[in-house]
Amino acid sequence: MSGLFGVPWPALMGQLMLGLVNGSFYAILSLGLAVIFGMLNIINFAHGALYMMGAFLAWMGLRYWGIGYGWALLLVPVLVGIVGIVIERAFLQWLYRLDHLYGLLLTFGLALIIEGLFRHQYGVSGLPYEIPAPLTGAFNLGFMFLPRYRAWVIAVSLSVCLGTWIVIEKTRLGAYLRAATENPRLTAAFGINVPLLVTLAYGFGVGLAGLAGVLAAPVFQVNPLMGSNLIIVVFAVVVIGGMGSILGSIVTGIGLGVIEGLSKVFYPEASATVVFVVMALVLMLRPAGLFGREQ
Amino acid sequence: MSQAVRIRAGYLLAVAALLLAPQFFYPVLVMKVLCFALFACAFNLLLGYAGLLSFGHAAFFGGAAYVAGYALKSWHVPALVGLLLGTLAAAALGWLFGRLAIRRQGIYFAMITLALAQMVYFICLQVPYTGGEDGLQGVPRGSLFGLVDLADDRNLYYVVAALCALGFWIIERAIHSPFGQVLKAIRENEPRAISLGYDVERYKLLAFVLSAALTGLAGATKTLVFSFASLTDAEWHTSGEVVLMTLVGGLGTVYGPAVGAGVIVTLQDQLADKVGSLVSVIMGCIFVLCVLAFRRGIVGELQALYRSATGNRY
Repeated sequence: MSGLFGVPWPALMGQLMLGLVNGSFYAILSLGLAVIFGMLNIINFAHGALYMMGAFLAWMGLRYWGIGYGWALLLVPVLVGIVGIVIERAFLQWLYRLDHLYGLLLTFGLALIIEGLFRHQYGVSGLPYEIPAPLTGAFNLGFMFLPRYRAWVIAVSLSVCLGTWIVIEKTRLGAYLRAATENPRLTAAFGINVPLLVTLAYGFGVGLAGLAGVLAAPVFQVNPLMGSNLIIVVFAVVVIGGMGSILGSIVTGIGLGVIEGLSKVFYPEASATVVFVVMALVLMLRPAGLFGREQ
Repeated sequence: MSQAVRIRAGYLLAVAALLLAPQFFYPVLVMKVLCFALFACAFNLLLGYAGLLSFGHAAFFGGAAYVAGYALKSWHVPALVGLLLGTLAAAALGWLFGRLAIRRQGIYFAMITLALAQMVYFICLQVPYTGGEDGLQGVPRGSLFGLVDLADDRNLYYVVAALCALGFWIIERAIHSPFGQVLKAIRENEPRAISLGYDVERYKLLAFVLSAALTGLAGATKTLVFSFASLTDAEWHTSGEVVLMTLVGGLGTVYGPAVGAGVIVTLQDQLADKVGSLVSVIMGCIFVLCVLAFRRGIVGELQALYRSATGNRY
């Protein structure tokens, strides 16, 4: 039987695809973190909890109100974004003049609250979410079967990431955003409403987390703890890539997902820790991160 | 009363309270409070004095708990040797973490320590020595020099109190030494400390190792008290809890974190039966409240009150 180092091709390709799927989630989440960090100088610890909230909202929509996957994909990110706007207006806006660490601590507290509430309501066992009918089944590519839903996740994530990149780099709104990131006071002096931009950036960033949650619901089981385990890996991804560049965080996210998937094939014991090991190596060789700027 | 006399009176009161506490409270609860108080004070040495927020201290706490537990259970070493091994393991781990984490500042530092601690968590979950999901159960308490039986809660209490007092003394000496002054200088203005000729990285690393070692002492002692080491000790929630204790008690005050630890541990102990899984929601609310409205913490607020009442600014 043909393969690589004794690993059969189908198994290898299967893990590679799963790695790409995981990498897509890393990319969307770290992109959201980077957008938020750029505007607010805050690392959003609640990102994982809001991603979990996105998955739960999709599940609840289907369960209680009969809202299908397609509508959830449109509505949930908006809802989570609104939750984010409320969080920013109610809590975060009071912290901008303080040490950035307080933002991390506050969002950590919020993550505990959100996670605790869902855990209280739904316990810790996973809730299944069916893959929507048009996306079930698999493509036969000849050398492997590609499950349609996985291909869909990768396609949606890539388009959302590229869309975000285009908005930030090529549009007027993105130019305002970049200006406000670079120098908020000067931008405000040109008559641009910077606090509004900050609020929108936070809403948009967590909206991306909500979208990732909906995408993840059929792949993983919907579970109150799904966010906190993921977000720590995403933090490592952010340290590896650096938050200076949008494209950088996308590339790093997908790349690390693939590395993680491959380690599942060749050395399964290391698959949970490989991202952290890569982080340690990057810190030794290039402390500012692969795409980061040395301050 | 002069300042020096007041301070000495304060110490006498604290020692008296430590000696008498088991007469009034359940000794195991007091020992738990003491372990977490030492944990929080060691953490505060880093955050409050060097301005470094580590979100990975659970790795030292849990790592030391496992090392001490394994040594006590499988090698049958004497109790104090077990604690020493746990502390040394935490110090070594702290040196490794510190070497990597001090390459970045601010929130990156926090994220790196969190990620490294998560790696330690997975290692604790996977290696065969730790008992996986069950943890290490039935760790023997042994005896002190073969003379004092530590299976008795009272006996163990005085040993734990002495160890924690030693830990507090080390922290206090470090804070009030020239070393502590340099740490504060780094916290206030790192570039200036560098330009004054201080090797900032070495100071940070030393502070990190010291903090990790004392955290390890606290974790190893906790294993001795409860006769088990579990994954909870190494989980990221524990890292968050110690931040909360420090914040509630008073960031950057010498004994504030100990007060915070007392408050949080007692609160969790009381709430666990009544609200079950909502405990983490309540902890989250306290977190948010502290960050928004109560950043000086209990001891910090009291100090501020005292200062404004006496008109004494120092």
